[in-house]
Amino acid sequence: MTAMLERTLDEITEETIDEPKAIQKAITKVVAGQTVTMTPEMAEEFGCELDAIRERVFADLGERDATYIRRIIKAQRGLEVGGRALLFGGIFPPFWLAGTAMLGISKILDNMEIGHNVMHGQYDWMGDPALTGRNFEWDSACPSDQWRHSHNYMHHTHTNIVDMDRDIGYGILRMSEDQRWGPYYRGNLVYAFLLMVFFQYGVALHELETERIRSGEISIADKREILAGIWKKVKQQTLKDYVAFPLLAGPFAPWVFAGNMTANLMRNVWSYAIIFCGHFPDGTQEFTKEETANETRGMWYFRQILGSANLTGGKLFHILSGNLSFQIEHHLFPDIPAHRHAELSPEIQEICERYGVPYNRGPLPKQFATVVRKIAKLARKPR
Amino acid sequence: MFTQTLKPRLRDRVLRSSLVDLLTGPHGVDRYTELVEPTWTIGEARAKVVAVRRDTPRSVTLTLEPNAVFTAAGPLLAGQHVVLTVEVDGRRQTRCYSPANAEGDRLIELTIGVHEGGLVSNYLHRNAHPGMVVGLTVGGGEFVLPTERPRRILFVSGGSGITPLMSMLRTLTDERYDGEVAFVHYARSADEACYADELGAMTGVRVLRGYTRTGGGELMGKFDADHLAAAMPDADAVFVCGPTALVDAVREQCPEAQSESFVPPVFEVTAEASGGLVSFADSGVKVTDDGRSLLEQAEAAGLRPENGCRMGICHTCTRRKTSGAVKNLITGAVSTSDEEDVQICITAPVGDVQLAL
Repeated sequence: MTAMLERTLDEITEETIDEPKAIQKAITKVVAGQTVTMTPEMAEEFGCELDAIRERVFADLGERDATYIRRIIKAQRGLEVGGRALLFGGIFPPFWLAGTAMLGISKILDNMEIGHNVMHGQYDWMGDPALTGRNFEWDSACPSDQWRHSHNYMHHTHTNIVDMDRDIGYGILRMSEDQRWGPYYRGNLVYAFLLMVFFQYGVALHELETERIRSGEISIADKREILAGIWKKVKQQTLKDYVAFPLLAGPFAPWVFAGNMTANLMRNVWSYAIIFCGHFPDGTQEFTKEETANETRGMWYFRQILGSANLTGGKLFHILSGNLSFQIEHHLFPDIPAHRHAELSPEIQEICERYGVPYNRGPLPKQFATVVRKIAKLARKPR
Repeated sequence: MFTQTLKPRLRDRVLRSSLVDLLTGPHGVDRYTELVEPTWTIGEARAKVVAVRRDTPRSVTLTLEPNAVFTAAGPLLAGQHVVLTVEVDGRRQTRCYSPANAEGDRLIELTIGVHEGGLVSNYLHRNAHPGMVVGLTVGGGEFVLPTERPRRILFVSGGSGITPLMSMLRTLTDERYDGEVAFVHYARSADEACYADELGAMTGVRVLRGYTRTGGGELMGKFDADHLAAAMPDADAVFVCGPTALVDAVREQCPEAQSESFVPPVFEVTAEASGGLVSFADSGVKVTDDGRSLLEQAEAAGLRPENGCRMGICHTCTRRKTSGAVKNLITGAVSTSDEEDVQICITAPVGDVQLAL
């Protein structure tokens, strides 16, 4: 793990040393037919306004936020215990349906509103070791330390920069026109579907960098430590859901097994849908390494907004999405408690309007449809 | 009696088993049991407040029932302290207190004096209520009675410093101690004297009181040779606990006195920001602060701390600062609390700083 981190540090340091210390130029993008420009001067003020919001929220954190996350956790654990208990009587269809639904929702909460957010350090300020990002382990196949590296650091710092943000395609899909087409990508929709069904394992394998192993750039031996970490977590999760709990049910094992599998599938599909709507719907922009070199803080904020898209919905929807329905606000402020995003959204939209920055949002079915269309389009050989 | 000791052991064996660990993974069994009853944990020492008294205007007395984890780490000797953790406005705060109960008591009694501007003391004074659960661990300490009890003991205390000495006194009483004891206590006024009734009712103990603001006790003014003479000029052992001035005064008269000081930490930020000593404690590396972020200074010193975005959002580089003041390079905010986690990529030292790195 340390070896991999050190290598990444070297890569980044190398780049900044080799690059001449030129000031970043203005960035212009065409979004839904409209031309959007942000100059470094505009970005300076833009960044200050957003920094001020960030500071204000941090100063306001307190009991309200602590109570919120504890309530969510209590709900999640209750649904989990209740769901598993009902599944022991899963031979009765109402018990199986209710048990599976409860367990599925508990896994969604654990994965998104709790796991993803706590691991971002959103609740580190509380000083509770059980809610400290560095300690938290989520109920999913991906080892938390690997997630923190690939997501908190790599994805959030280099969001939507082609050849830097590996979330563009996850190493198996073609999600950007800037990714070179090859016959392999004819199966884009198939890979996307399989990723959705087995999403927790797809995420677990992310740090293996399978695309670099396939291309021969690295060997699997280089990833020995990563592989060991993945194996350890996958083994524990598999034993728990697919061996221990079913066996405890004795003759009812098949219903517990099926219920657990369905609950995991529920979480996989739901989290996949929300996550894929984060940076891929129509209108979201990608960036090159060149145009983001020597990026200022204000321009970083600009890239985060242009690279993200929100989902509209009710309060329950937002909670179940882990507030990733507010992807824009989350990418502006990854380490503020996500439940605060809804309150900030009107203010962020107002600032965006003043600076001529588009604010991408839509309902889940619409946004997801544009993502599926994009996956299908990018499967075809470009003319 | 047999079932009493057998049942906890069986429950413990089940809760700590690898099967339960697997089934409750990855969070662990505590994260479930604590939602039923907050003190039901096998990995964390906690206590429930069972009674609250406000006997004086500036103190609150809590009676705590610790859980099995706390008790297993014992025994706590009279005069030793515990470490209390309580959440104030969402943030965990940790403070040390000396219990006033006798050794071997099942329940822990803490009398907390309210400090002006004190975060935890004021919070507890206002909000403590039966049913409240706090973190409580055995702290320890050297401020204890010798195993072979001295024949003539002098206890001197000021304010809330009375607590470890009350613990010692109550322990001696339980042991039916037959030596001589003198108990001197200084408070601002009679109103503010803790345990006044209990001390007044004690037979066989010479109790002398001094009210530093109002006068009217057996002793006038601050501790001096006269007070010592009135109390016990030839004690075998002297124990003093309270403000630094009192401790110093007693040690002047009795250089052999055992002491403990209850002083709220006061940290002053030095006028010059840069140039302090930055110690990376785990690596044994020390550098002179040059104003850059702790991350940059660590790297310049040849260390390779884990880091990520280098802009304060990913929290990969968070380390524990064990002492000193630091400044947030983005907001300019200065923080002086000891023992806090800091993101080293956006934090610079202000004066001397110690970092666990």
